[in-house]
Amino acid sequence: MSIELKNVTKLFGETPAVNDVSFSVKEGELMALLGPSGGGKTTVLRMIAGLELPTSGDLFIRGQRVNDIPVRKRNIGFVFQNYALFKNMTVLKNIAFGLKIKKWKRADIEARAAELLELLGLKGLEKRYPHQLSGGQRQRVAIARALAPKPTVMLLDEPFGAVDAKIRQELREWLVHLHHDLNVTTLFVTHDQEEAMEVSDRIVIFSRGKLEQIGTPREVYEQPTNEFVAQFIGVMNTVEVEIQGGIGRLGELEFPTPGHPDGARLRIGFRPYAVQVSSDLTQFRYRAVLRRTYFLGIMLRLELELPSGLILRSRISKEEYAQLGLSDGREVSLQIRTYRVLARDTGALAPEVQAFYDLPPSVGENI
Amino acid sequence: MADKKFNPLPGFGLTMGYTLLYLSVLVLLPLAGLFLKAFQISWADFWQLITDARAIAAFKLTLGASLLAASVNAVFGALLAWVLVRYQFFGKRIIDALVDFPFALPTAVAGLTLCSLFGANGWLGRHLVPLGIKGTYTPLAVVIALTFVGLPFVVRTLQPVLQNMEQEVEEAAATLGASRVRTFVQILAPTIFPTVLTGFALAFARAVGEYGSVTFVSGNLPYKTEIVPSLIVYQLEEHNIAAATAIAAVLMVISFSILGAINWLEGRVGKFND
Amino acid sequence: MAGAVKSNLGSGRSAYRRGTAEPPFIKWTLIFIALAFALLFLLLPLANVFYEAMGRGFAFYLKSLSEPDTHSAIRLTLLIAAISVPLNLVFGLAAAWAIAKFEFRGKAMLTTLIDLPFAVSPVVSGLVFVLLFGLQGYFGAWLDEHDIRIIFAVPGMVLATTFVTFPFVARELIPVMRETGSEQEQAALTLGANGWQTFWHVTLPSVKWGLLYGVILCNARAMGEYGAVYVVSAHIMGRTETMSLRVASLYEDPQGGPAAFALASLLALLALVTLGLKTFVEWKTQRNFDLAQRSAESAKPETIRAPA
Repeated sequence: MSIELKNVTKLFGETPAVNDVSFSVKEGELMALLGPSGGGKTTVLRMIAGLELPTSGDLFIRGQRVNDIPVRKRNIGFVFQNYALFKNMTVLKNIAFGLKIKKWKRADIEARAAELLELLGLKGLEKRYPHQLSGGQRQRVAIARALAPKPTVMLLDEPFGAVDAKIRQELREWLVHLHHDLNVTTLFVTHDQEEAMEVSDRIVIFSRGKLEQIGTPREVYEQPTNEFVAQFIGVMNTVEVEIQGGIGRLGELEFPTPGHPDGARLRIGFRPYAVQVSSDLTQFRYRAVLRRTYFLGIMLRLELELPSGLILRSRISKEEYAQLGLSDGREVSLQIRTYRVLARDTGALAPEVQAFYDLPPSVGENI
Repeated sequence: MADKKFNPLPGFGLTMGYTLLYLSVLVLLPLAGLFLKAFQISWADFWQLITDARAIAAFKLTLGASLLAASVNAVFGALLAWVLVRYQFFGKRIIDALVDFPFALPTAVAGLTLCSLFGANGWLGRHLVPLGIKGTYTPLAVVIALTFVGLPFVVRTLQPVLQNMEQEVEEAAATLGASRVRTFVQILAPTIFPTVLTGFALAFARAVGEYGSVTFVSGNLPYKTEIVPSLIVYQLEEHNIAAATAIAAVLMVISFSILGAINWLEGRVGKFND
Repeated sequence: MAGAVKSNLGSGRSAYRRGTAEPPFIKWTLIFIALAFALLFLLLPLANVFYEAMGRGFAFYLKSLSEPDTHSAIRLTLLIAAISVPLNLVFGLAAAWAIAKFEFRGKAMLTTLIDLPFAVSPVVSGLVFVLLFGLQGYFGAWLDEHDIRIIFAVPGMVLATTFVTFPFVARELIPVMRETGSEQEQAALTLGANGWQTFWHVTLPSVKWGLLYGVILCNARAMGEYGAVYVVSAHIMGRTETMSLRVASLYEDPQGGPAAFALASLLALLALVTLGLKTFVEWKTQRNFDLAQRSAESAKPETIRAPA
């Protein structure tokens, strides 16, 4: 295990920013710490680095307990959200800083720096100062600087937050390649679930200081362990139903939910891909009107309004849309192929109920 | 307790300790000494010392002249700041740099040159004295000297505020039909007034304690042109420690009050500028 | 912050504005009045000093400056500055580090304490040391026993000067250190640097202009201080006179006018150099600020190739 957290809690005054969190990171893994703002993920990252101290609990890096080891002795590489480059030093001096501290020989420093400049596409920029670089360049310098002393672990705090959207996409792919080449255990914090899904081997999801779920992107998407995760990852239709005669009802929607007593209220969730639509009004069970269509590249998101006023979101491909001859205002019929009962608190959700047939979703889809 | 404000940066203990030590030895100790000494004087004696006719005269002159000097600086300093920020003209850069001249110049030299300028044969004196305007050995001399040393305060306090003022506000007023004068009176002036007031208070505080420049131009004539610091020096030279201490204590209280007022003012101004 | 002139270091926008403006007549009247004021109070005194200094010709000017007592005054002034300024520099660095990079209670109180000398009249600044170390002072008896002279001797003058000038470096450094934040220092820590290395390589370079400016101001005030030093010194010519004190004593002497001005001109020159350095430092920081602004705005997107 490269990194291990055991029952780590961090209190700021009375509030737990991190609440009894335990998880471990495998050697060479690329892991995302994901969650909404204030969820505690940055605090966890900083505690691993030593920039914050846990109130209780233990932190281990490569098996060694590091709670009492100051940040500068932990041999980690940290990339700050705003890069924190040394403004008064050239790119070369920034990268060489950690090596000078470790008293490397001059020749070795030059070699290592050249290696990193090449690797991160920074050749030719050695003599420039941070204010002479673009945002993407600065970030790569920050990464090079952190990588130079060959840390055991790389920690990145919202690495793509401060960059333009277009660049962000390219940087993501580039980070995956880089990690593949170097194979250093890497942890990065993000609030963008699309990013976490696309880049990481595993994702740890935080909410309000608690660890909600840890798993591969596919796992957290297909098998969310609680409602928070189900809602946070991807888009989810949720309806609150009342049980009558073993069936949860809301408006015209009916969801068979065996095992729940009458009168109980449940939340039902289903992904847009589970809402199947047809222009043949007799084909599927429910009627609806297509209110709006959102263009998302190859796929389209449909906003469908039921007679009771409920709005559902569905997703189909461009071809299917054309095939069905859909347009805004058209009346359609729809059915809900799979759904699952969501619970408020953590605790295993009921498995997804497959009402009709099941079409497996592909990983990384975000609607 | 690990969750008290943890800061990974080292050196707090060392730097804080040194800071407090330095402050204690250099500042707190001496000042405490002053107040301790002041309290050793019996109330009756204390009162007598500071209400002595000569002392009263000195206080009146100091406060009056400082107030006047600070007011002059408030008006003309504000004007100077406005002109420097808003307009372009030949020599602007030089004047801007020179505004700090009274601040950088040793007070003795300031006194020397002002005395020379306003003396009977001086560049200004030769024209003014015949007109009855005596710039040396008079209360006027005191005011002139205090105006000189306080000049930078209003200008420098006001300049950044003027620079950062949003021009859009004035443009909005213009689009709504306001004349320039109205815009100034109703919109601009209220915005800069608190800052001018702060600058005024700073100049006032500086003037109250000033010694070097005044001592040259005023002649330190008791009851006439003697300011409080000069009186303190006289008492010291006459070995009237108690008198010097008592008067100094009162002067300190006045200065601290002004300091407090400035801090309060700056707090108020801060609220508006959010 | 009583008595302090806030610097305009890095204050940002250019002063030049177009747009709604006053009619030229008003504008030029205002300029005229402002310039008249500046002329009266700034230019005239400055010119006067040099004019009077050269009153008896350049040869006399040089001669009066090399007079032995004047010479010792210059030496003494330099000595006092050479002691006070470094002391206050170290203090300024320590105080700025503690205040700017850490959170603790009583910070406002501490900064007010640092501003204290600005609220104290120079004469009182000298008086407090007389009360402590003078013959009738608290430590007077003990000092007398051990034959140590502080008041009416150089040590007292150093103390008084240090007292009066100690806020300057700290006041310039604190906002600058605060502005640079502590992320760069944290980054240095993650790279293995200890406290001193971080301070030396990362913090100091980032505040160098503010530091220089603070030292310049501190020095100018230390060399020019009059009131406080007057009180604690014995005014013994050739022994405990600084340049300012010497100017005063020369002027008192009816024959000493031009010599007084000659010495005064040196101090005025010092003031001008101080102003010049200040302008230079401000220009530098403004330039850095502009550069940073410009580069932030022009962060060009570019294609990134995956590492080969």
